[in-house]
Amino acid sequence: MERSPVPVLALRAPKVPLLSLDTVWFQVAGTLCNLACRHCFISCGPGNRSHEMMSRAEVGRYLVEAADLGVKDLYFTGGEPFLNRELPGILEDALRIAPVTVLTNATLIDDRRAEELATLSRGARYSFEVRVSLDGLTPDTNDPIRGEGSFRTTIRGVEALHRAGFLPILTVAQTWSDEEDAALRERFHALLLELGITRPRVKVLPLFRVGRETERTRGYAPDEVLTEEHVLGYDFWNLQCSTSRMVTSRGVFVCPILIDHPAARMGSTLAETLRAFPLAHGACHTCWATGASCRN
Amino acid sequence: MTNPDLVLDDPALEGPLAFVGGPYGNDRALRAVLDDAMRRGAARIFCLGDLGGFGPHPERILPLLDEFEVTVLAGNYDLALAERRGDCGCGYTHPDDNRFARVAYAYTSRRTSDADRARFGTLPRHIRFTREGVRYLLCHGSPRRVNEFLWDSASSDAFLERAARDAGADQIFCSHTGLHWQRALPSGARFVNAGAAGRPANDGRPDAWYAWLPADSRDAEFLAVPYDHDAVAEEIEREGLPPEFARTIRTGWWTTCLEILPAKERLRGRH
Ligand code: SF4
Ligand code: SF4
Repeated sequence: MERSPVPVLALRAPKVPLLSLDTVWFQVAGTLCNLACRHCFISCGPGNRSHEMMSRAEVGRYLVEAADLGVKDLYFTGGEPFLNRELPGILEDALRIAPVTVLTNATLIDDRRAEELATLSRGARYSFEVRVSLDGLTPDTNDPIRGEGSFRTTIRGVEALHRAGFLPILTVAQTWSDEEDAALRERFHALLLELGITRPRVKVLPLFRVGRETERTRGYAPDEVLTEEHVLGYDFWNLQCSTSRMVTSRGVFVCPILIDHPAARMGSTLAETLRAFPLAHGACHTCWATGASCRN
Repeated sequence: MTNPDLVLDDPALEGPLAFVGGPYGNDRALRAVLDDAMRRGAARIFCLGDLGGFGPHPERILPLLDEFEVTVLAGNYDLALAERRGDCGCGYTHPDDNRFARVAYAYTSRRTSDADRARFGTLPRHIRFTREGVRYLLCHGSPRRVNEFLWDSASSDAFLERAARDAGADQIFCSHTGLHWQRALPSGARFVNAGAAGRPANDGRPDAWYAWLPADSRDAEFLAVPYDHDAVAEEIEREGLPPEFARTIRTGWWTTCLEILPAKERLRGRH
């Protein structure tokens, strides 16, 4: 199975400039997760230590650098961020600097934790968003992808967040066809309304054919790569890698999607990564074709 | 299309100034705001773009701005109309918001004459002037992008400091979000979002808002002006625009295009 383009293609790959470092991501729980979703594009799971948990001090150093560089917003993801015991402190530090979004599967969020987060949010001058991943409208469609029982525990987490005053953003990977897209978006809104969440927010992300997803469906075909023709006259602002970087325990990567690819590691400080990057991966084709960004 | 910055050098700029955000085709709100600014003795009035959209009378906005000799810059809506683009470029993803945006844009587009489109195409993207040694920059979205939203709760100090530095400005007036706010930054730079005149500020008050900069001050005031909002709501209904638009005008709470609001701003509203 083809998983990534052959090096000769990489030589011809068009480059995305770094237009502005607006967004900094943190792989704050490394690749550790209490779930092991079958479409996870970085193959996270209970035993995956390819990126380690980040400490508050480690994150703090990057926060200082990010603020010096004029960062606009901050994102925290994993793995499952709430596996990181230092997360509340990290979020508190981050919210002093910029608006924060945390991406979670919400299975570890109960009323007590939701209330703790709400206190943090109320005390912050910047917005604190919580994004919750779910992939089906029922256990029947969700659990085969995200694991037995995960629908119920995630919904419980969403309800706890709602009770604490959050407006969680449901984040769904598009595991359906484009024809069904509008209808399914509606139905995810309806699902939240049924739960009594009167201001439903839903974000749909495309599937990236990397990581575990390559086993569930397929990897990228050799012709799913970008060439100069694709980006002729293209507005690079549409690609998140023109305005963001991803920090993990292993350094700074171009984006949240390619952290398993050594070529995507651009440096050990943010300052070292303020340069163009070759769009050599099949996943770049997905970003380009869908206009998707992992941002809210 | 080239829209060079408009650089102003005029003694009137030392006087009190008014900054009016998106009229959005709401001519009654705009007239109320302009009357109010004149009554207070504005030395110059600026409009920060998005003349049409949402409201019932986009075709009345340019004549009104001309009548009051308002200096206008281009919003994303105006540029989309000038370039005859298919949509306003706000980029909604929620199916309902998408539909509302499409309806408003199609309505506004139908009521925009070729002459108005041509005029939109000539509007400057930025206006610059210096007043008492302070370098002012006026824009629609952010200094760098006409459709970038600068929300209070989603714009870090760090980012705004950089934006001011990159723009070579000490004080920036922007709009585009429809919600007014201002912030003095640690460096001394200042951002003022003038909000919108044509759509209420999602605070349960049906008034029209604009920003006022007194003479001898950098500190903006936000002024709410009552107007006959019921008449506008009725016009919206008569024109067959979505009843949700009329409800926003009547109640002062936003009912559409809420998905773009960050958590803090969204929680302050009712919907
Ligand atoms: S998709 Fe999210 S929740 Fe699922 S395994 Fe990956 S990191 Fe964990
Ligand atoms: S995968 Fe997407 S975000 Fe990452 S480098 Fe490629 S185009 Fe950019």
